[in-house]
Amino acid sequence: MSQFRLEIRVRPRPGLLDPEGKAIHHALQSLGWDGIDDVRVGKAIYLDLAAESAEAAVEAGEAMCRKILANPVTEGFEVSVSEELAGAGA
Amino acid sequence: MKVAIVTFPGSNCDYDLYKAVQQVGADATFVWHRERGLEGYDAVLLPGGFSYGDYLRAGAIARMSPVMEDVIDFAAKGGPVVGICNGFQILCEAGLLPGALVRNASLLFAGKDVMLRVERVDTLFTSNYQQNQVLRVPIAHGEGNYEADESALDRLEGEGHVVFRYVNGAGEPTDAANPNGSRRNIAGIINENGNVLGMMPHPERAMEDLLGSTDGIGIFTSLATSLSAVAS
Repeated sequence: MSQFRLEIRVRPRPGLLDPEGKAIHHALQSLGWDGIDDVRVGKAIYLDLAAESAEAAVEAGEAMCRKILANPVTEGFEVSVSEELAGAGA
Repeated sequence: MKVAIVTFPGSNCDYDLYKAVQQVGADATFVWHRERGLEGYDAVLLPGGFSYGDYLRAGAIARMSPVMEDVIDFAAKGGPVVGICNGFQILCEAGLLPGALVRNASLLFAGKDVMLRVERVDTLFTSNYQQNQVLRVPIAHGEGNYEADESALDRLEGEGHVVFRYVNGAGEPTDAANPNGSRRNIAGIINENGNVLGMMPHPERAMEDLLGSTDGIGIFTSLATSLSAVAS
């Protein structure tokens, strides 16, 4: 088993109104950043877990998203290994 | 009628609901979210509040509470379940009702009286109202914007599962009368079997003239009437 740090990104589904993103978009425009097409706000969840492989770690993260971390009605998700920590058994 | 009021860490409308249930002559009992077993109750109510501080998503963590397995079981057996505000969010997270409640389109917390049109009077929870009756009931939420995809919305409408809609004083579902951006001005829905109701407005806060409205009483008297009809 090795230790992996997962980065889980949960974001509003395309097409869903994201009022928070819109408010930030307006704030950025008022500060002079023109040419921004769209702003979407999601959340990132970082967690460390032990798994046989990077693939198994990602699979576990995806299962967590389906069960609780993301709401399939309104959110999509992406899971990746941001780093491999020291092997637990090594 | 014996009514269970399920409480979570962060529930804050539980006592209002308790009093509303008592007002219509029923027995109310608080059931803490870690307790198990809802046998012996005639109805289960999920109160408003901010369970678990709305962490992750409103209702997402409460939905994983031990008692929710019993709520799901109770609903599957046809028992009446009502979720109000945070309770509605929990029912959606638990999959007992379709769709989700997301951040109000205004980004602002909305705490005020709204007008609701009763879309269905042939339910366990609305039989004491008149069809298209307009009610004055308060809302108090930051995440009450009802969201579902178009096909799910069409199904809700087609099967008559929209029970309450935000309207203006003339009973019209206008954009101006929509306090949170909810799709199609939806304020409350019922499940396919007709025994699970979720609504964002707070009927338990519209039970006395002193509070500005008594229009919420009908929910509780309808439920009491329906349950006594079943029992007799």
